[in-house]
Amino acid sequence: MSTADSLANPGNPRHGAVVRATHWITVIAFFALLISGAEIVISHPRFYWGEVGNALTRPLFTLPIPASRSTVPTGYGYVLPDQNGWSRSLHFQAAWVGVLTGLVYAIFSLWTGHFRKSLFPAAADRNWTALWKVIARYLRREPSDEIEAHSYNVVQRTAYLTVIFVLFPLVIWTGLAMSPAFDSAVPVAVNALGGRQSARTLHFFVSGSLLLFLVVHVTMVVLGGFRSRMRAMIVGRVATPKERT
Amino acid sequence: MRPISRRKLIAGGVAATAGVAGLAAAARLAQHYGLIPPDHGGIYGPGQTLTYAAQRLLTMHSLAREFPRSMISKTPFANATAPPNDLFKRHQASGFADWRLAVDGMVARPGSFSVSDLKSLPVRSQITEVACEEGWSYIAEWIGTPLTAVLNEVGTLPQARYVVFFSIDSEWWDSIDMADALHSQTLLTHGMNDGDLPVSFGGPLRMRVPRQLGYKSVKYITRLTVTDSLKSFGRGLGSSEPDYGYAWYAGI
Repeated sequence: MSTADSLANPGNPRHGAVVRATHWITVIAFFALLISGAEIVISHPRFYWGEVGNALTRPLFTLPIPASRSTVPTGYGYVLPDQNGWSRSLHFQAAWVGVLTGLVYAIFSLWTGHFRKSLFPAAADRNWTALWKVIARYLRREPSDEIEAHSYNVVQRTAYLTVIFVLFPLVIWTGLAMSPAFDSAVPVAVNALGGRQSARTLHFFVSGSLLLFLVVHVTMVVLGGFRSRMRAMIVGRVATPKERT
Repeated sequence: MRPISRRKLIAGGVAATAGVAGLAAAARLAQHYGLIPPDHGGIYGPGQTLTYAAQRLLTMHSLAREFPRSMISKTPFANATAPPNDLFKRHQASGFADWRLAVDGMVARPGSFSVSDLKSLPVRSQITEVACEEGWSYIAEWIGTPLTAVLNEVGTLPQARYVVFFSIDSEWWDSIDMADALHSQTLLTHGMNDGDLPVSFGGPLRMRVPRQLGYKSVKYITRLTVTDSLKSFGRGLGSSEPDYGYAWYAGI
């Protein structure tokens, strides 16, 4: 369905049911992963590079926060409550929910051409000029045009494709690389990253990138019209220009 | 809201029935092939079960990564200190000469082994990484008697499905399935880096399960029980770890 069709027929949903459902399930899974991941990091807020690292080796960097284990030197005179048990259980359960939801989304998107039609930038837009034009418009705080209520611009497309095809696969890979059992079956998963501690450090940074995306994404939704954007992603329908005023 | 047509309703009903039947069949198959962990109940049960089943299928014959001698950590981290109980201190004072490993349960010849008995069985060494669930790790050479050698000595009965192991610290116990119990890298460890296993690292006897995280490698082992069911041990969750929210299966 082209943008013109969508504009011509206001009955067509802005986002299909599968996209809406997988979007919100992913939101829930992501928050569960974020909170439980933060709790796990607190048990050892030191990061290393290479295969091994512990409280007796030099860290690559240390987060300036207290720890939930007394064996970690943090410089703080107190130890936070230990939340690793439920955090780990929630982290892996949410990871399964996220991965399975992603699988449904990916199969659906390949099947229906959602990637091709709604996410890959049009040939004319695959250049820096097109990207810059949209960014400049953002910077000038100009309101988005009517077409953008019905289709993604090139900056949105690039950001969403980066999350779907770069950051999500990377966060899954670096996470799995920390599993000793998975590594026994697929040693290259951890060796290619430079070792177990490198995988952990990369997992932290990729998660940070996803968090950064989330912050920008929500900010743009608010600036672009919170009610109409939320409505499009919840019930699918876009408010008509009259309703939006 | 559009009305739902009768055809859609019937198709949905058939699909739902097929889904439920499929799930039930999958659960029976998983049970048959030993893919259901003891802590499969509760709110995190689905996640624990998916992880265990997927990794058990994936790691059926895999070996934990072994490292060159040059990668042995110069600063291994012991984490916990020795159990403060008097029994352990008495053993420590006598150089662990009277330390015994009792083996019972579903075995033909229940027995008891001293550390030197274990050393007279086949011994192997391996350089593997200990990875703690907190995130830190180190590499050491571990010298020990493969658990399979001890199980062969006592004659495991065919219905055996798990090996439960107990620390002298009575609140610390755990278990592994037969895939890990019969795995060539699962060692009853009594040596580390060419010397005796130091007390801080679990001496005189530590179960090393290198395909799982550090908490599965229980220190100060005094007893093994071979069993076909984990229901009668503790709360029936296969380990003391689920009491603190941790998964029984620690491969991730």
